[in-house]
Amino acid sequence: MRANDKDMSENLVACAECDALHRWRPLAPGERARCIRCGALLYRRSRLSCDQMLALVSGALLVFLLANAFPIVDLEVQGIRNGASLIGSILALIEQDRLLVALLVFATTVLFPLVDLLTMFALFATLAGNRPPGPWFARLFRFVRVLRPWGMIEVFMLGTLVALVKLSHMARVLPGVSLWAFGALTVLMAVIVSFDFHWLWVEAESRR
Amino acid sequence: MTRGDGKAVTAAHDLGLQSCACCRLVLPSRSGRARCPRCGAALSPRKPDSLSRTWAFLLAGMILYLPANLLPVMETRSLFGHQSDTILSGVVYFWTTGSQGLAALIFSVSILVPLLKMGTLLVLLVSVHRRSPDSRAERGHLFRVVEAVGRWSMLDVFVVALMVGLVHFGSVAVIEAGPGAASFGAVVVLTMLAAHSFDPRLIWDDMKGNDERTQ
Repeated sequence: MRANDKDMSENLVACAECDALHRWRPLAPGERARCIRCGALLYRRSRLSCDQMLALVSGALLVFLLANAFPIVDLEVQGIRNGASLIGSILALIEQDRLLVALLVFATTVLFPLVDLLTMFALFATLAGNRPPGPWFARLFRFVRVLRPWGMIEVFMLGTLVALVKLSHMARVLPGVSLWAFGALTVLMAVIVSFDFHWLWVEAESRR
Repeated sequence: MTRGDGKAVTAAHDLGLQSCACCRLVLPSRSGRARCPRCGAALSPRKPDSLSRTWAFLLAGMILYLPANLLPVMETRSLFGHQSDTILSGVVYFWTTGSQGLAALIFSVSILVPLLKMGTLLVLLVSVHRRSPDSRAERGHLFRVVEAVGRWSMLDVFVVALMVGLVHFGSVAVIEAGPGAASFGAVVVLTMLAAHSFDPRLIWDDMKGNDERTQ
């Protein structure tokens, strides 16, 4: 590969894991490109188009609201009934002066996932409208890329199930609306997160 | 598509190229501070100060691993008395109450994963310092696994948070988060930061030309 050729570098992609250079080539929906040296994923194209992703992100935002508006479970002990939402649990942690834990839970399960979804909404809305990306597109893109690993909805979902099993030994546990909403949100997030950041730029470039 | 299908493998760095960490655009390496013309991210051929940052986060995580496992993460006050639970005693509780599957799950994500993650990062750091030429692909693969599973260690923190939110029945039963919960959360965050700071390309960097091109 002749690297000195400036136009050539536009058609190259380097493996993020081992730096091996590859010639970039377009992919069909659902296809992945892997590094020939270390096997890491180079880039991939989602089965879904930007319009479909926009719909998915909008749906996820609605489900996110549902998940946080209702209690996750109700607990009944000797006739006393307690319900807890995610926000309620975080407030209880603050009351007990466990500020660090409260902050950690709030950031990873409420703040970061919400901001992630809102940002992805803005990015996909631009692409779905066939508008050329403005300068803020790049800024939002870099922002969501840093934020992404710290949203932990799927881990929280598993934690909820573990807590329910634990509590079912000592009390009557009644699952709430929000438990199902978190389940749905976990699935939606998994699809949204699997959209390759690199491919966002491929889509953006094709609209310039 | 596996290795060694006869094609030469060239590293971007060897050709004086670098790729933007954010949008993957390949550009000529320049000295000094530069920004990606496409997405505006700061450019550098390798993650900045990768090794020292990884060491710092890893050592901090290792130190906090002690209070995270020794201090109670959850305290239960009920009519029947007061009980403090550490991470390990939580696992034992599940095992003895007949939920062996859950006990195995929590043992894996809360105890095994952090230990293996810290051990792996240690091995990777030492091997990069020694410029070891052995099993680069395997080490790269190991790093990918470690980076992907690390977040699941946060499970116990979420369990405690929900228990706290649910169980506050006045004098009957109250659950509070213990001092170990914050340390445990900090261990997870620090080891995640350590993994993010590590640049897996360093494993391959001293490879000269195409010496692994056989078959």
